[in-house]
Amino acid sequence: MKRIMLMVFLSLGSFSAMAHKPSDSYLALTVESNHVHGQWDIALRDLDYAMGLDANDDGNITWAELRDRKEAVYSYALNRLEIAVNQQNCPLKPTDILVDEHSDGHYAVLNFQAACLAEAQQLSIAYRLFFDLDPQHRGLLRLIRNERTDTTIFSPDRKQVEFVLSLVRKPWQELLNFAYEGVWHIWIGFDHILFLLSLLLPAALVREDSSWRPKQSFSRAFWDVLAVVTAFTLAHSITLSLAALGYISLPTRWVESAIAASVAIAALNNIYPVFVHRRTWFAFSFGLIHGMGIASVLLDMGLPDAQRVLSLLGFNLGVEAGQLAIVSVALPLIALFSQYRYYPALVMKLGSVCIVTIALFWLAERSFDFQMNIL
Amino acid sequence: MKHIFTIVLAFSWSIYSSAYAQPYYPKTDNEILETLPARGKSWFEIRALRKRVESNPNDLPKALQLVRRYIELGRAESDPRYYGYAEAVLTPWMKTAQPTAEVLTLRATLFQNRHEFPAALDNLNKALAQQPRLAQAWLTRALIQEVQGNYAAALNSCLPLLKLAPPLTARVCINSTLSLSGQIDSAYQQLNRAVQIAQTEQPQDKQWAWIALAEIAERKGDAEAAEQHYRKAFQLGISNGYLLATYADFLLDHKRYDEVIKLLQNETRADGLLLRLTMAEQQLNLPEADTHIETLKARFAASRMRGDSSHQGDEARFMLHLLNKPDQALELAQMNWSVQREPRDARILLEAALASGKVSREAQPTLEFLAQSRLQDARLQPLIDRFKPKKIS
Repeated sequence: MKRIMLMVFLSLGSFSAMAHKPSDSYLALTVESNHVHGQWDIALRDLDYAMGLDANDDGNITWAELRDRKEAVYSYALNRLEIAVNQQNCPLKPTDILVDEHSDGHYAVLNFQAACLAEAQQLSIAYRLFFDLDPQHRGLLRLIRNERTDTTIFSPDRKQVEFVLSLVRKPWQELLNFAYEGVWHIWIGFDHILFLLSLLLPAALVREDSSWRPKQSFSRAFWDVLAVVTAFTLAHSITLSLAALGYISLPTRWVESAIAASVAIAALNNIYPVFVHRRTWFAFSFGLIHGMGIASVLLDMGLPDAQRVLSLLGFNLGVEAGQLAIVSVALPLIALFSQYRYYPALVMKLGSVCIVTIALFWLAERSFDFQMNIL
Repeated sequence: MKHIFTIVLAFSWSIYSSAYAQPYYPKTDNEILETLPARGKSWFEIRALRKRVESNPNDLPKALQLVRRYIELGRAESDPRYYGYAEAVLTPWMKTAQPTAEVLTLRATLFQNRHEFPAALDNLNKALAQQPRLAQAWLTRALIQEVQGNYAAALNSCLPLLKLAPPLTARVCINSTLSLSGQIDSAYQQLNRAVQIAQTEQPQDKQWAWIALAEIAERKGDAEAAEQHYRKAFQLGISNGYLLATYADFLLDHKRYDEVIKLLQNETRADGLLLRLTMAEQQLNLPEADTHIETLKARFAASRMRGDSSHQGDEARFMLHLLNKPDQALELAQMNWSVQREPRDARILLEAALASGKVSREAQPTLEFLAQSRLQDARLQPLIDRFKPKKIS
């Protein structure tokens, strides 16, 4: 009788005798505005099994042996990975090969770019590295975008994954979204509020014989304010649109410094009146500068290509709504307190002194580009 | 549950990825990046065989030979990559209209190795339907059923080995099953007699018999006999990771920590052995314990990351005894229990349940199983007693 050699696996039970890790690769994809950067760590041992890296067959893989086969390694790996953005295949371009150490040995680190023209809204990744040679191989994916990281595992049963990065919104949703951003920007943008407040402080007063007196009626103050606010709005809408659509572009530092200066000048004008009757024109000309400042926020947020005009409109409407909210709260109060004798000296001038001080700090910070950490 | 897993996954990734250095450029051309493992004579034979299989894709005997060589190398090196290679060679033969019994049995062995027992049994049943005289298929099936706690089925799978396999193999199979299902004393005597009279058996089979006998003696509470049987198993001189692990557990139970360290100090590569070494080091307050705990953390994180659940039993022990986290240990022990039901799987579950204070509900299925199977184990009994309602005195 032929002797049978039976295999008895006693590595059963809770005991696991595996000294090594099974084969894994680590794929990290970072989604940026119009491309995806990839870093793919693949075990040298696995690459050797697949394509024979050890040229002189001495059991060691040297840096020269890896580097000489750089192109072949890239083409082997990248042919087994597909990245599609918005259902369009992105060509994968090798950049740089490096080396890294993981718990089970050294890995080739393949850096590459997936050049996709459109902004990624939907990303699909197909992975089939080594599945033909080792079905227990796993691809461990980390997808990084903004502050979010997703992880998933590729296996022969799960070779493809899809990620929805940003939902394609309906137009009115996009409009609302940007309108909200506009309101928020005015609300947190103190420089715009202070500028507007400086213009509003003397709105219910008239200057006669070098002294301030309350206006006769609320309606005169109202129309005065309406003219100033409309001029400011019109002016910043023009430059905001031109800048956001890319027709004009000025260095941020200049624009921000000019905005700080405009706040200081507007407040100073309440203390030493120069433009008393031309406040509307004053508001218009400085409004042009503020528009460019507001635009920089919008540019940082990134306008979606498809609905640029709509999102611009939404943002602008939001800015106006935020502004109107401030005016509608501030104007009645200003009109009320303007009736008192001490208003010009106590509220208007003292308030303006405060505003000038703040604006000068900003001006210094922004023009010399340093941080005072006071405001 | 799925969410918890995702969080754990992301978390373990962050630990894991921060533990390694940044990518770098090697300084010189001759810098050795990686030394390939197992480049001995057998690797070159395997490589030649692989080429032949690739160029003759229709040669089944050569393919099966390659699969067996990969499995042997995987066991010798404790390296799961070789099982993956074996699976790849086997895959085309699994896709044929009717895979042969041998192909199915080898496929089952690979499933068994990853603790995917239902899939393994499915393949074995198909193999035996085709070729009822295939001893390997009966034996593998018996071993899996025993681990699952299905002792009646395991015994049925062992019986055909009386005709198909060497006598000692059949005896070990039958008596270790009987010893777990209420007949521990007679099973011990029969196996003891069988191993004493066995002369011409393969040393591997003899070693298996001594290990089985030692484990039965431990369950009987006869430490002296167990010690003697373990010594016999070691005397055969065949390196065996399972033997090291089970003997280390025996030494840990008897507080022989110095001997554990002597036994395992060079065995830090295998997670299961490193776990036992670290437990001994912690008992002796050795400084190595801390670094080994960190290593184990990283390794368990790595296997979790890829969705591998075959380490759950060990991980539960790690959580309970080394990290002192009974709740997590209990959760792992429960998941482990749903896959495998050996005495040591019951033990970690009961220990974790007692430590976490969740005595009644979580431990109930295990306690019922132990009562029904009439499993006798001197180490389990004190644990079981602690679950019984206290008598009013």
